[in-house]
Amino acid sequence: MGIKLLTNNINVAGIQKLDTYQNNGGYDMFKKALSMTPDAIVEEVKKSGLRGRGGAGFPTGMKWSFLAKPEGVPRYLVCNADESEPGTFKDRYMMERIPHLLIEGMAIGSFALGCHTSYIYIRGELMYVYHILQKAIDEAYAAGFLGKNILGSGFDFDLHVHCGAGAYICGEETALIESLEGKRGNPRIKPPFPAIRGLWDCPTVVNNVETLMAVVPIIKLGGDEYAKIGIGKSTGTKLISACGHINKPGIYEIELGIPVEEFIYSDEYCGGIRNGKKLKAVVAGGSSVPVLPAELILKLANGEPRLMSYESLGEGGFATGTMMGSGGFIAMDEDTSIVKNLWTFARFYHHESCGQCSPCREGTGWMEKILHKILDGHGNISDIDLLWDIQSKIEGKTICPLGEAAAWPVASAIRHFRSEFEEYVRNPQNIIEDHHYYRLNNISQESV
Amino acid sequence: MPKVTIDGQSIEVPEGTSILQAARLIGGDIVPPAMCYYSKLKTSGGYCRTCIVKVTKGSEKDPRPMPKPVASCRTNVMDGMEVQNITAPDLVEARKGVVEFLLINHPLDCPICDQAGECDLQNLSYSHGIEKSRYEFKRREFEKIDIGENIKLHMTRCILCYRCVKVAEQVCESRDHGVIGRGDVAEISTYIQKAVDKDFSGNMIDVCPVGALTDRTFRFKSRVWFTKPMNAHRKCTKCSGKTVVWLSGDDVLRVTARKDKFGEVEEWICNECRFERKETKDWNIEGPRHIDRQSVIAQNHYEVNKQLKIDVSNQKLLGEKAHNKQ
Ligand SMILES: Cc1cc2nc3c(=O)[nH]c(=O)nc-3n(C[C@H](O)[C@H](O)[C@H](O)COP(=O)(O)O)c2cc1C
Ligand code: SF4
Ligand code: FES
Repeated sequence: MGIKLLTNNINVAGIQKLDTYQNNGGYDMFKKALSMTPDAIVEEVKKSGLRGRGGAGFPTGMKWSFLAKPEGVPRYLVCNADESEPGTFKDRYMMERIPHLLIEGMAIGSFALGCHTSYIYIRGELMYVYHILQKAIDEAYAAGFLGKNILGSGFDFDLHVHCGAGAYICGEETALIESLEGKRGNPRIKPPFPAIRGLWDCPTVVNNVETLMAVVPIIKLGGDEYAKIGIGKSTGTKLISACGHINKPGIYEIELGIPVEEFIYSDEYCGGIRNGKKLKAVVAGGSSVPVLPAELILKLANGEPRLMSYESLGEGGFATGTMMGSGGFIAMDEDTSIVKNLWTFARFYHHESCGQCSPCREGTGWMEKILHKILDGHGNISDIDLLWDIQSKIEGKTICPLGEAAAWPVASAIRHFRSEFEEYVRNPQNIIEDHHYYRLNNISQESV
Repeated sequence: MPKVTIDGQSIEVPEGTSILQAARLIGGDIVPPAMCYYSKLKTSGGYCRTCIVKVTKGSEKDPRPMPKPVASCRTNVMDGMEVQNITAPDLVEARKGVVEFLLINHPLDCPICDQAGECDLQNLSYSHGIEKSRYEFKRREFEKIDIGENIKLHMTRCILCYRCVKVAEQVCESRDHGVIGRGDVAEISTYIQKAVDKDFSGNMIDVCPVGALTDRTFRFKSRVWFTKPMNAHRKCTKCSGKTVVWLSGDDVLRVTARKDKFGEVEEWICNECRFERKETKDWNIEGPRHIDRQSVIAQNHYEVNKQLKIDVSNQKLLGEKAHNKQ
């Protein structure tokens, strides 16, 4: 069994409740943190090498030290619990199972950053988790871990949980801030960055659920010890939500740096591809990262094994590599239609674009329509080139990274699976019947 | 003062000047087109992405190039910054892409659109677009609605520049409309049971870069190029009363604010001047307005025509005299 820092107590009965959580060492690290200076905590987080688990992988300690601290202006820590990326479902699981871990992480983080009010912004569809969190917050208030003069330390801290209304874009940190302020969830134009002007125009840090939870073991182990776990600049453990055609879908806490092959095939993790099929492709970090064919996800271009780490997954750039993203690991077997899968993603980004900037607003819908046309058997070879051109004209031209998130899957699917698109165009009957309509609707071809 | 170089031309500008404004100070071909930015409206710009430029050197202090094209309207110059606009072929290509995106769902109903001849999108597609659309699907459509007594909203034509929203916030007493929905079905709409009726709301028509917001008192009255713009003023307690009246013969067909060479309103005008003073006797007419912004009538032939008219009448007079002599 690999090392577990976040999920070690996840199966303890009643761990949702404060007393059980405390009996298993809960809030001890908050007490320890309160005995440290805020700067010392930031220093430990820096030393730990922890990188943001929300997708971009930005070093958390650095983000914390960038926070502006003007006199007399409040600062905010906001937890991004909007988790809506297709394939990513780790935060929900953690908040549902062990809500106090998030509260403890946020309390430590807020103390370190000098925030007296912090928010958890949770996606609207997770109403039941909202209630779990609210209950846990109420317990924490009653026990004196939140509120005024916490544990006699003189530190006042209020924590609120706020529910979104079902928009993926509100996971983008500045759209989240707008939404939290009660406005339309449009991403802001940067600069200024939240560290200077965020919530209510005050300095703000936005962190992912998992990032904030990881602060607790960092305080426990110390930054240096935490940094020994993992590999290179990918320190610590990472939650991977694995889904698709694997034997054991679920959430796994891995030590960063294990081989991708081990993750897919070992019984400790995904347990191999189901029904004895062969692996065709993997989307390694949530729907927005480039898809890789089996041979490239398992091995680097130079033949060495690819590892589950920020660097190794990114090795080779987009030509032969991908990204760690938010840890949504989608495995596809040999029967999967990449074109169909891509259309699903394209449909998602079209639906979720906020519509502020023209390339994303118009381009996402256009790509979806072309993919639909190809799937329906009406595509031309020139449509594949057009798709390529459209994605290239979205990428890098937009206000927020949703544009890229929509462009990269298209680019990578064409880059690695162009022949499959061509097959759809040339022999629509075969493929469409085989992969698309019938399979989608579970109809056997004989019965038609 | 920071010095910035755009397409090889340098200029010193005050701290806090955007790349776009610096380019406008230099002038000429290197000025990026802007569809959503409006210098008189705070927080405008950044949406349409037509003004993108390439920053090849960030500043003297940090000479690294910026990794992606930036919106020149929302990016401030730094000392020593170097920018490429029309001298970077990849940027020109990227802008073509933006223009194409703006057009794929635009109805291209210019022949029946009141904005034709003064439309920023029409001009943009002419100067920066590609000749043929590669979009082959049904365009998105919305119902036309009256969003106030005097303003018609033709949402199908809207490019979501957000300018009208900012006019409502910054020029009018309060905002009764905004953007609802998201993505490519996001639309400008009034809030439930509200109408755009605040004074100065007529300026939304002037800031609209396309024909999405049009003047109901002028709809379908005439093509722009058949009317003659005249500088005019009147005593007004609410605004400066300085406007442009657009004449056909002696009829005032519409009243607008005066616009500068970037197509931006010089002074906001009130709704009374715009919608309710539609007779020549309401106005002191100063003379032809010289149009030096992008417009179908920027040739300013009417200024000459007025001369002609006088000549013609003179001749008529002469003719009559000659006739009487006989
Ligand atoms: C369209 C879009 C959606 C995003 N959704 C999420 C999300 O659901 N959860 C999250 O933690 N980060 C999300 N992010 C990333 C956040 O903007 C931000 O980088 C992150 O919350 C920072 O936290 P971290 O440093 O702890 O990773 C999203 C980004 C984009 C562009
Ligand atoms: S890239 Fe898409 S989601 Fe992001 S601001 Fe632009 S339109 Fe909105
Ligand atoms: S004018 Fe700059 S983005 Fe629209």
